[in-house]
This record gives sequence, structure tokens and C-alpha cells, in this order.
Amino acid sequence: MDRPLALEVRDLTVAYEEKPVLWDVDLEVPEGVLMAIVGPNGAGKSTLIKTVLGLVPSAAGQVRIYGQPYARRRELVGYVPQRGSVDWDFPTNALDVVLMGLYRKIGWIRRPARRERELALESLAKVGMAEYADRQISQLSGGQQQRVFLARALVQDAQVYLMDEPFAGVDATTERAIVALLRELRAAGKTLIVVHHDLQTVSEYFDWLMLLNVRHIASGPVAEVFTADNLRDAYGGRVAFVTPNAGSENGHLSEPQSLLSRGG
Amino acid sequence: MNLGQILHDLLFDYTLRTVAMGSAALGLVSGVLGAFAVLRRQSLLGDAISHAALPGVALAFLLTMSRAPLVLVLGATLSGWLGTLFVITVTRQTRIKQDTALGIVLSVFFGFGMLLLSIIQRMPTASKAGLDKFLFGQAATLMSRDVVTTAALGAAALLVVLLLWKEFKLLSFDPAFMKSVGYPVRRLDILLTTLMVIAIVIGLQTVGVVLMSAMLVAPAAAARQWTDKLGRMVLLSGGFGALVGVLGAVTSAQVGRLPTGPTIVLYVSGIVVVSLLAAPDRGIVAQLRRRRRQRVQFAAEALAIHLLNHEGAPDAAVETAIAHLRQHLQWDESFAERVTRRTITSGLAERSNGHLRLTSYGREVARRAMAR
Repeated sequence: MDRPLALEVRDLTVAYEEKPVLWDVDLEVPEGVLMAIVGPNGAGKSTLIKTVLGLVPSAAGQVRIYGQPYARRRELVGYVPQRGSVDWDFPTNALDVVLMGLYRKIGWIRRPARRERELALESLAKVGMAEYADRQISQLSGGQQQRVFLARALVQDAQVYLMDEPFAGVDATTERAIVALLRELRAAGKTLIVVHHDLQTVSEYFDWLMLLNVRHIASGPVAEVFTADNLRDAYGGRVAFVTPNAGSENGHLSEPQSLLSRGG
Repeated sequence: MNLGQILHDLLFDYTLRTVAMGSAALGLVSGVLGAFAVLRRQSLLGDAISHAALPGVALAFLLTMSRAPLVLVLGATLSGWLGTLFVITVTRQTRIKQDTALGIVLSVFFGFGMLLLSIIQRMPTASKAGLDKFLFGQAATLMSRDVVTTAALGAAALLVVLLLWKEFKLLSFDPAFMKSVGYPVRRLDILLTTLMVIAIVIGLQTVGVVLMSAMLVAPAAAARQWTDKLGRMVLLSGGFGALVGVLGAVTSAQVGRLPTGPTIVLYVSGIVVVSLLAAPDRGIVAQLRRRRRQRVQFAAEALAIHLLNHEGAPDAAVETAIAHLRQHLQWDESFAERVTRRTITSGLAERSNGHLRLTSYGREVARRAMAR
């Protein structure tokens, strides 16, 4: 593939107090893909993107964004944390949260000006939240809160987006809106790396896939990676049957453990 | 003493004016920093810092034999800082949880401070007098050099908050995101915590180590009730802090040997109680009223569904009779009446000959409610 690598991870090992969370993970993500990171609970999915972002220290290995360390490529990267990672009772409104995505560009001491407000409003409009700009964030539904986080990442105007479970606990409308937005971003040449939980929607939503369970199991185009063998490797034999490369018409089964077990 | 006399003294009595200005300054600063402490869930850290400051005060005195405010404040700052550092390190490096670390720091430092204080009490020097006011605070002993120290340190702290306003906001709301965009989060965290230490130590002499954390937490908790905007919350919290500072200090200065800390706590508790009860939206009264309204609204919809289910059925005449509703739906009289009234006023149904009849709007609402 001739496309440049948006993200390259080499030999990445991360441990919390000597308990390895990621073991020697390699990953290459070409520019312009919409990629899911999938794996069982505790597989290290969130840890992987937090390590890429420098939020979690690595024990070994390196991370490159467009060939450079993260610290040099920060402005190319947008981050959507898990919704549950902040206190939504914080006294602020939706527009203010989106503006936070611009703080670094605004610089020290200066306050957001009208131009930044307009950018933030535009970004809220892109996620269908324009009319909620003044709404106190605790009064938003879970899905709306998630969209505010997305808008904050959009306003960063990044090339690579890392998203930690943007579909967790959102309503169907929000899920559709997010998928549409992700596709739009991909069409604009952005690279999207999404921690995902729902195996049933992998083939429908994504074109690139990484299967992770502490080790790197497989990664590449969904058509090649989303196979029964790989899934069994990733889920440790607990998935006796999933429908690789099938649509999602039989509803949402978010955790494969519920799909009958063989080992366990 | 009447109110006019107190006001007169506040303006023209040198001692009282000094006391009032000093306590207003410390109340403002601790209110502002306390707002951030509460939002960052560090309320208890404030308590640990203030208790941890006591041995610093005592040591500073023992080493210099001076009671100059700057010397004592410096000692308090260093020792409060050491306590904070201990909490952070223990929480990060061991399996001990933060609440335990806070408890250890609070009691060990405070105990050590008390020990030093009792040693000082037995010393034959004259200058020892009044160090025990650091326990519960004594505003009446404030002198203008104390006020100058308080005002200078407080102004510096407030200036930093003003300049780094948006950075501190982001730090309080989402530090992980802040780090991902390249801010030196650790350093900002240390800076904000240092400002908190400053806010605490400038209040120690007036309010005392035991109750200083009330000046940090209570105004902020009260302010949060009244607004959903960070800016307003911080201003309000600072305002509450200044108000109770002045009220408490003046009261205790007027009434003989009343310690200032407890007096301030009484005032600030009043503000907290009123805020918890009466604030619009977040207040308990408003919440109860809202819940009751929702219950009636829900019952009105349930009633509409009931009417829809029996509409046109043979038993419609019985089931829609207002007199029978109570019995059938098992509502007590006053509740049934309220619901019936709500059903009519919100246009779901009409009254005709002692019966309730759904309007077309009511039919639509009932259908939609059932489809949910």
C-alpha cells in the first residue's frame, strides 16, 4: 500500500504495576481508513489509544504519527475520551465544552473570541447539536453528551482521530449520526481509530479492523481480518459462533460472551 | 450594640476595619479557590492541608522566635505543601487510597503540631502568646501587617486564576483531554493546588486550622446551587466567602473571646442550608415540587390512556364517570382531583355531565404514550 501511515505502533508494551496490559503490540494504520479496535473486556483497547496519546506511559516500544513522535504531531490528532471519564454535572454548557478543543490554538491567557465561537458552533451543527449550544451539559442525554465530545474533537480539525467507545450507551439516533459523521470524515481523507464493542456492526461501519487481546491478534481490512479463526484467537475460544462479515440485521449483541460458550 | 453602630465602627474604628478587611480578603480568596477544589473533588484535601499547616506554624515560630505573619505563613505553606505532597505520593506509589492518605496526613501532622504547640506554651518567652489562636482562629488579633500579607498573597492568587481561567477550567473538567492536546497538566495541577494552599494559610490565623476547610468548601457548595456557569459560581463563591468572613470576624471581635472559626462556620452553614433548600432548579424544594408535578403529569397521561382504552366500549359510561375514577384507579381523593384538573387544563380531556371525554389531542397523546 502506497498510502502513508497515519499511525505506526512498534513493540509497544504497557504494564500497570508489572501486570502487562499490552504485550509487544505492533500496528500500522494507513491514512484514510475507518478502523475499529475490537477485543474482549480488559484487552487493553483504551490503554492502546491512551498510550498513543501519551496519557499512559509505555514500558517499551514506540508510537509514530505520520512518522513522528506524538509530541511533534499533536496538532494532527483529535481525541474523543470515554463519555464516563468526566463529571457531566460540571457547571458549563455544550458550546463551552466544544471551545475547549480550541484552547491550545487560542494560546495561554487569551480568551475565546467570536471567531472561535463560530467555529465551535459550526462543529456543534455538524453533529446536529446546534440548538443545544447554551444547554447545561448535565441536561443533555447520554447520546447528546457523546456528540458534544465529538464536536470538540471536530473543532480540533485534526488528521487522525482517536475515539474511545463513542457508541457506548448512546441511542439509535446518535449511533446513526456518529456513523454518518465518521464516514464523512473518512471521505475527507481523515483517519479514524475507534475503540468498539459491538461485533455485529463491525463490517457495516468499518473498513479496517484491529483485533486486540493484550497481544496484537490481527489487523488489516475488515474483509481479511474479521474471520472466525481470528475472533476465536481474540476472545480466547469463548466465541463459538459469530457471523463474520455479515450485516447486523439480527440486532445488537454487544459482548460476544453472550453468544454461547465453548471454553470459558 | 445596634447595626448602625457596627456599621459606623466598620468604617471608622481602626481595629474593626482591619479585622473586616482581612477577613473579607481571605473569604474572597478561599471562596474562589474553593470553587475549583469542590469541582475537582478535592474538598478533603483542603482539610488535610489546613491541619498539616499547624506544625509549620509552630516550627517557624520555634526556629525564628518571631511572630511576623510572613514567617508564620511561610512555615504554614511549606508544611501544608509537604502534607499535600505526601498525600499525592502515597496515593500514586502505594495501594493506599486517597481518603486513607488524607486521614493519615491530617491526623499525623495535626498531632505533631499540637505537640509543638504545647511545648511552646511551656516556654518562658513572652512572645509565645497567641499561637494557640491558630487552632480556632481569632480575628480580633488581626493587625494591619496581617491584612497586608493576606491581601498581597490573595491578590497574587486571584491574578493567576484570572490569567489562567480557561486552563484551570479545562483542568477541572477534563485533565486527560487537556494532556492530549499538549498542556503541562502536571505543572498546572501543582500550581492550582499551590494556590489552594495559599488560600488556606492566609486564613489560618483568622479562622484556625480546624475549621479552615469550611471556608473552602461551604461557599463553593452553596454557590454551585444557584448557577450552572463556572464564572458565576466562582464569583458567587468568593462573594459568599467574603460575606461570611466579615460577618464571622466582626461578630467574634465584638463578642468578647468568641473564636472566629466556629462563628464563621455558623454563618456559612446558614448560607449552605438556605442554598440547599431554596435554590431554584437544584434546591430541594424545587426538586420536590418538580417531582410532584411530574407525578401528576404522568398520572394525567395514564388517565388519558385509561379513557382511550374504554372509549366506545360498552362499559365506557361507568369507566369515564369522574366519581368512579378514584375507585378504579385507586387514587386518593385529593390526588384524583388534581389529576382530573390537570387532564382538563392541559387539554387532554373535557368534562361533560360528570364524565371525562378525551379530546382529539388527548387521544393522540395517549396513543403516543402507549407507543413509547
